[in-house]
Amino acid sequence: MKRKSLCIALLATTLLSGPAFAEDVTLTIESWRNDDLTLWQDKIIPAFEASHPGIKVKFTPSAPAEYNAVLNSKLDAGSAGDLITCRPFDASLALYDAGHLVDVSGLENMSNFSDVAKSAWQTDDASATFCVPMASVIHGFIFNKEAFEEVGVEVPETEAEFFAALDKFKEDGSYIPLAMGTNDQWEAATMGYNNIGPNYWKGEEGRLALIKGEQKLTDDQWVAPFATLAKWGAYMGDGYEAQTYPDSQNIFTLGRAAIYPAGSWEITGFNAQADFEMGAFKPPVQNAGDTCYISDHTDIAIGLNADSPNADAAKTFLNWVGSEEFATLYANALPGFFSLSNHNVSMEDPLAQEFVSWRGECESTIRSTYQILSRGTPNLENETWGASVAAIKGTETPEQLGQQLQEGLASWYEPQQ
Amino acid sequence: MKSSRIKWHVVVFLAPAVLVYTAIMIFPLFNTLRLALYTETDQVRVFVGLANFMTLFGDPRWSESFWNALGNNFWFFLVHMLVQNPIGIALAAILSHPRLRFASFYRSAIFVPTILSFVIVGFAWKLILSPIWGIAPDMLSAVGLKSLFAPWLGKEEYALTTLALISVWQFVGIPMMLIYAALLSIPEEILEAGEVDGITGLSAFWKIKLPLILPSIGIISILTFVGNFNAFDLIYAAQGALAGPDFSTDILGTFMYRTFFGFQLQLGDPHMGSAIATAMFAIILVGVCVYLFGIQTRLKRYQF
Repeated sequence: MKRKSLCIALLATTLLSGPAFAEDVTLTIESWRNDDLTLWQDKIIPAFEASHPGIKVKFTPSAPAEYNAVLNSKLDAGSAGDLITCRPFDASLALYDAGHLVDVSGLENMSNFSDVAKSAWQTDDASATFCVPMASVIHGFIFNKEAFEEVGVEVPETEAEFFAALDKFKEDGSYIPLAMGTNDQWEAATMGYNNIGPNYWKGEEGRLALIKGEQKLTDDQWVAPFATLAKWGAYMGDGYEAQTYPDSQNIFTLGRAAIYPAGSWEITGFNAQADFEMGAFKPPVQNAGDTCYISDHTDIAIGLNADSPNADAAKTFLNWVGSEEFATLYANALPGFFSLSNHNVSMEDPLAQEFVSWRGECESTIRSTYQILSRGTPNLENETWGASVAAIKGTETPEQLGQQLQEGLASWYEPQQ
Repeated sequence: MKSSRIKWHVVVFLAPAVLVYTAIMIFPLFNTLRLALYTETDQVRVFVGLANFMTLFGDPRWSESFWNALGNNFWFFLVHMLVQNPIGIALAAILSHPRLRFASFYRSAIFVPTILSFVIVGFAWKLILSPIWGIAPDMLSAVGLKSLFAPWLGKEEYALTTLALISVWQFVGIPMMLIYAALLSIPEEILEAGEVDGITGLSAFWKIKLPLILPSIGIISILTFVGNFNAFDLIYAAQGALAGPDFSTDILGTFMYRTFFGFQLQLGDPHMGSAIATAMFAIILVGVCVYLFGIQTRLKRYQF
C-alpha cells in the first residue's frame, strides 16, 4: 500500500514537472535573490503573465554566495535558464565576453535608463549593454526608534555624534549598540568600509581617481575608514567574531540591538520580522554641514542567455522589465531595491522613502572596489573583506591594511604601478 | 581446457565496473591533470606547460595561500591522528570487553554521526557554539566555567582546531568499527594462552591485542590521510568558501574550490584550479606510496 502511493507520488511529480501546456513558452530566471522568491511568485510573475498570455515565467534562485559558481557551471553545461540575473560589472562582462549574454541595447525600453544606470552592465567602451538594469541599493544605518527614545539618544549626523550615541547605548547596557559580526566577512566590507568610506574619499571623485591611478589605497582618505572601523569592535555584541550575517539580522529584529549597519535590501525582511518602529540615518559626516556621500550601488540587472531557445519571449520579458509597470511593481514589492529607470516611481514604505531621499541631499557613488579594480588576482573586493574584518578585530593597523591592499592591487593593475 | 583461450566470462564480468570507473573516475582525473597545463587568454584555451605551477609556487601571493592551506591541512590531519584514532581504538577496546552491557547501543550511538550530512553537522555545531544562541556558553556557565568560553569559530587561533574536533566527533565511529572488527577476530585461544602466562587486563591489550590490530591501524591512518587531504565539505558548510577568519581554516579543498569556481567578484579559473587539484593529487599519491612501500610492507601479519 505504502509502496503504491509512493509510486503514484513519484509519477505525479514527473508529470507535473513537464510543461503543463505544450503551446505555452516557459521562461526560467536564474537569480541569487532567494529571499525574493515569494514576491516574484505572488506579485511580479502574475502581473507579467496577466498581460502576456502564452508566456509562463519560473523564478529559480540559488544561494547568494554560490550563485556565480552555480551559474557559470550551468552556462558551460548548457543547462542555465533563459533569463540571467546579472551581477554588476566584471562578473557579467565576463559572461558577455564568453558569449553567454546577448547585447540588449536594441530593446525599446532601454531608453528609459540613464547612462550611469547602464554603466554597470556595459562593455568598457559602452558600445553594448547586455543586461536591463533593475535596481540599486543604498547603504546607511537602520536603527531601532524605540531604543533611541528609551535611552534618549538623538539620531546622529556627524561621526562624533555617532560614537557618542554608541557610548550611551553601551553605558545603558540594555541594547547591543551595533548589530554586526565578522564571521561572514562581507558585512564588514560592504556595510562597514563601503558604507562609511565615501564620506572620506569623496564618492565618485576618489573612486575614479583610484581607477586612474591618481590616488593610492595608502592615501589618508582610503586608510581613515579602517581607523574608524577599528573603533566599531568595542560596540559589537559579545563573541561578534563568530556572529554570522543571519545572527546580526535576528539580533536586530528581535529588538536586542540599537543600530544595524545596513544596506537598503534589508528593508523587506526587517519589515516582516521587527515589531518595533525603525528609522534610518545616512553614514555620518566628519563635521556638521559637510557634503555627504552615499553608496547608491547599481546592484542587479537581468539579461538574456545566448543559448535560450525562447529568445523572443525572453526579449518580451526584458522589455517589460524596462517598463514603468515593472519599476513601480518591483520598487514597491521590494522596498529597498530602488529603480534605476527614469520613471518617477512612487514608493509607500517609509523606510525606503527615507533611504531614497538621501539621493537628493547627498552625492551618489558606487562601491569603490567593483568597477575594474576587482578584475585581477588578488581580487580587491575579496581582499577588502579580510582587511575590514582585521580592522574591526584590531589584528592589524589601518596603515598596514592600506599597504597590503595597495600592494595586491599594484601587483596586477597597471595604473597603480 | 586450454589456458591460451580468452576467458570471455572474465571480460564480461569486469566490463561494467571498468567502464563506469573509467568514465567517472579515470577520465576526469586525467582530464584535470591535462587542464592544469593550459590557460585561457581572450576566450581561447592555450597550452602553457608548467606555467600554472610556476605561478602557484613562484608567485608570492599564490604560494603563500598554498602553503597556508597545506599547513592547515597537516594540522587538520594531525588532530585526527592524535585525537580521533586513539579515541576510536579506546572505544573499540571498551566495546569488545565481554562484560560491557548495552554494547550494541553504544556502538550504534557513536556511529550515528558518521552517517549525517556535513551540512547538518556544520550547521548544528555552528549553532551549538554560537555565542548568541548556542548552548555551549550556557552549559559552561552552568558549571561556572563561562570564562572559558570564546567564540571559537570566529577566532583565528582556535577555528581550525575547533573544526577538526567537530570532524573527529563526526567520524570517530569509523576507526572504532574497523578496530572493533579486528579485535573480535582475535582468537580466544591466544588470549587464554596469555592468561595462563599471567598476562591479563590492560597488559593483554598492550602486549597481545595491539600488535595484532596494527595492520588495521595502518589502514585507518591512510584512510584518515586521504579523507583529510580531500576534505572540503565541513569547512565550506561551517565557514564558507573564504574559510575565515582570515583564511585560518583554509585547506586545500576550499582553496581549490575558490580558485576553480571563483568567489563573489573573483571569477573562476578552471586552469589554476586544476593545478591546485593536481598538487593535491600528488600530495595524496606521495602519502599513500610512503605508507604502502615504507610501512605496510614492514608490518608483521599473523595468520591464525
